[in-house]
Amino acid sequence: MIQKNLRAIIVLELLFPLILLLFGAYHGVLQVFYRAGVIQETSFLGIGYYKGLTAHGVINAIVLTTFFAVAFGHAVVSQQLEQSVSAAAAKAGAALMVFGTLVAAGPIFAGKADVLYTFYAPMKAHPLFYIGVVLLVVGSWVSFWGWIPGYLRWRRSHPGQKTPLGAVGIFATFIIWQMCTLPVAYEVLVQLIPWSLGLTAGVNVVLSRLLFWFFGHPLVYFWLLPAYVMYYMIMPRLAGGKLYSDFYGRFVFLAFIVLSTPLGLHHQFAEPAISSGYKALHAALTFLVAVPSLLTAFTLAASLEYGARQNGGKGLFAWWGKLPHFDKERWLFPYLFLGLVIFILGGITGIVNASYSMNALIHNTSWIPAHFHLTVAGPVFLAILGMSLYLSVGVLGKKIVAPGVAVSIPYVWTLGVFTFSAGLFYGGLKGVPRRTNLGMSYLDELSDAYRPDWRIGEYIGAVGGSIMGLAVLLFFYVLVRSLASARSERQADSFALPESEAYHDEDVGVVKNFRPWIVAAVVAILISYIPPLVQVLGANYPLVSE
Amino acid sequence: MAANSAIPNVEKKVLVASLVFAAAMLGLIAYAAIRLGISVPTCITNVKPFEEGELIRVAPGRYEAHVVAKTWSFKPNRLKVERGSVVDFYVTSKDIVHGFMIERTNVNLMAIPGTVNYAQARFDEAGTHQILCHEFCRDGHDNMMGSIEVTR
Repeated sequence: MIQKNLRAIIVLELLFPLILLLFGAYHGVLQVFYRAGVIQETSFLGIGYYKGLTAHGVINAIVLTTFFAVAFGHAVVSQQLEQSVSAAAAKAGAALMVFGTLVAAGPIFAGKADVLYTFYAPMKAHPLFYIGVVLLVVGSWVSFWGWIPGYLRWRRSHPGQKTPLGAVGIFATFIIWQMCTLPVAYEVLVQLIPWSLGLTAGVNVVLSRLLFWFFGHPLVYFWLLPAYVMYYMIMPRLAGGKLYSDFYGRFVFLAFIVLSTPLGLHHQFAEPAISSGYKALHAALTFLVAVPSLLTAFTLAASLEYGARQNGGKGLFAWWGKLPHFDKERWLFPYLFLGLVIFILGGITGIVNASYSMNALIHNTSWIPAHFHLTVAGPVFLAILGMSLYLSVGVLGKKIVAPGVAVSIPYVWTLGVFTFSAGLFYGGLKGVPRRTNLGMSYLDELSDAYRPDWRIGEYIGAVGGSIMGLAVLLFFYVLVRSLASARSERQADSFALPESEAYHDEDVGVVKNFRPWIVAAVVAILISYIPPLVQVLGANYPLVSE
Repeated sequence: MAANSAIPNVEKKVLVASLVFAAAMLGLIAYAAIRLGISVPTCITNVKPFEEGELIRVAPGRYEAHVVAKTWSFKPNRLKVERGSVVDFYVTSKDIVHGFMIERTNVNLMAIPGTVNYAQARFDEAGTHQILCHEFCRDGHDNMMGSIEVTR
């Protein structure tokens, strides 16, 4: 059972960012029309393109993902570790996160923080933007710390027993988060906030970028791993089967602790000031992090096949038809399954990005948002939508109204995001830049810079973006109607997340303990980051300001 | 079916296959970098950030372009070289972070204040290449661009 005194906090942490998502998604749809040259303005209905783009990135990729990871973490950890979560820490964490988000929202919507969600110095934002983001992150730390004492108690009272797999995944998520947010906290607290307050003359930009990208890639695993927890813990059960390999589940989560961080330079291939040899090392390590995802592809496919065969599935591929693709009782299934289908393309295009010199073809082109909308707006976003609906309705004791619509949403979204990304991949290979209001120049017929050959990709992107917007509207229709349905106390009390049994329940000592993996992670970070850090600090770059 | 405590063989094979896949992809990258000479920008220490943008003709068919990025233009922003030229591009920024991409080439660089970035390109076909800033640099970003004309 999910801990009773966490219910209200979980619902708050799920619904608060979803309300903001209405704006984040609205500006996602607007952007595709600006980019296609349908809106040829610097702003529309009082919101500038880059103000909207900043809000789109901050709300969708930082606020929604962080709140969701904490809320889902509360549910999984309290259910699997015998209701051992500190409610005081959960409350304090939630208060900090909500307060921080509101503090950051002020300058964003006032147009005092048009710096996008990467806030690259020396582009300066209002101090409250940075302070708000810090409070949000600290709130997520506090929530995580509230799980640790209860887990240690659980281990003492269950000697030799394996930690339940879902909790392993959630702890891996937050161990990665804790490690990767420390350098960016240094960047924000020591470099950016004093400079933004006017206390220092400028920023060592090269250092700030190194610190930011130390954080920037593990961030994507912080987004992704809660979805992985659902794939390993919940999806096999929904498919009517079992998790094929318990060992691989554990190994994958623990391997991500080690492998998700020492590779940030693959976001900096196009930059000066860092030796190509160090970049090559990070490129090599990036290929290692593909391994846990390949193992996941195998384990999950095997789990689904097992479930489908239990349901009477036959043949080499015909068993696919025996999965609950359109089952209204198990409406959560397609949110997870289609996320995995999208992630196949997201993963492959990610390998292109990481492939060292090949990066020159696509760096900062529209190929990049096309790629990451197949990851963070693919498996991650679908898992967040599906689980937010499942959890909020479940802990409140409500029921899903219009389950047929609920089943259709991930299909509409998948169609939309594939169309959107197809257009932006095509444009990116032709050199169309990302983060650019194309309607003001390249897609303005009256401009000297007009590029008719860039039009088609952006039109396809606009069609896809509109379909994605439609899916979000359908989602809110189901969510609002379901939350307004009659409440049953009995149903709320008996609600629990589905947990899969293991088909192969291997007993391997090395995946029973976090400690060796954390030590290995620290060693890998030191090896991969000390040389470029020494190089950057040794060069004495000037402090620059806007 | 009984719970097994050992790792089944099929799972070991999958791990090996995954590692082989990763190693093969890495091998191809190494081949491109070492044998084909396609690399990524590195740390340049022998060129100090310059103040003036200029296109210098070092020898027939050899150029050095010193490009200064500053909101919201490149200097120089209209370059002209003859077909078959090899151009060394050195790029810096005078204010915030900009991008410097030449379409249909491998020149795709970040321009970071206080540093110099470098890439080389060879222009074998006559025509005009768009140069664009591809990193958001505030209001005028959408119009921060240039061109390089390759003459016959």
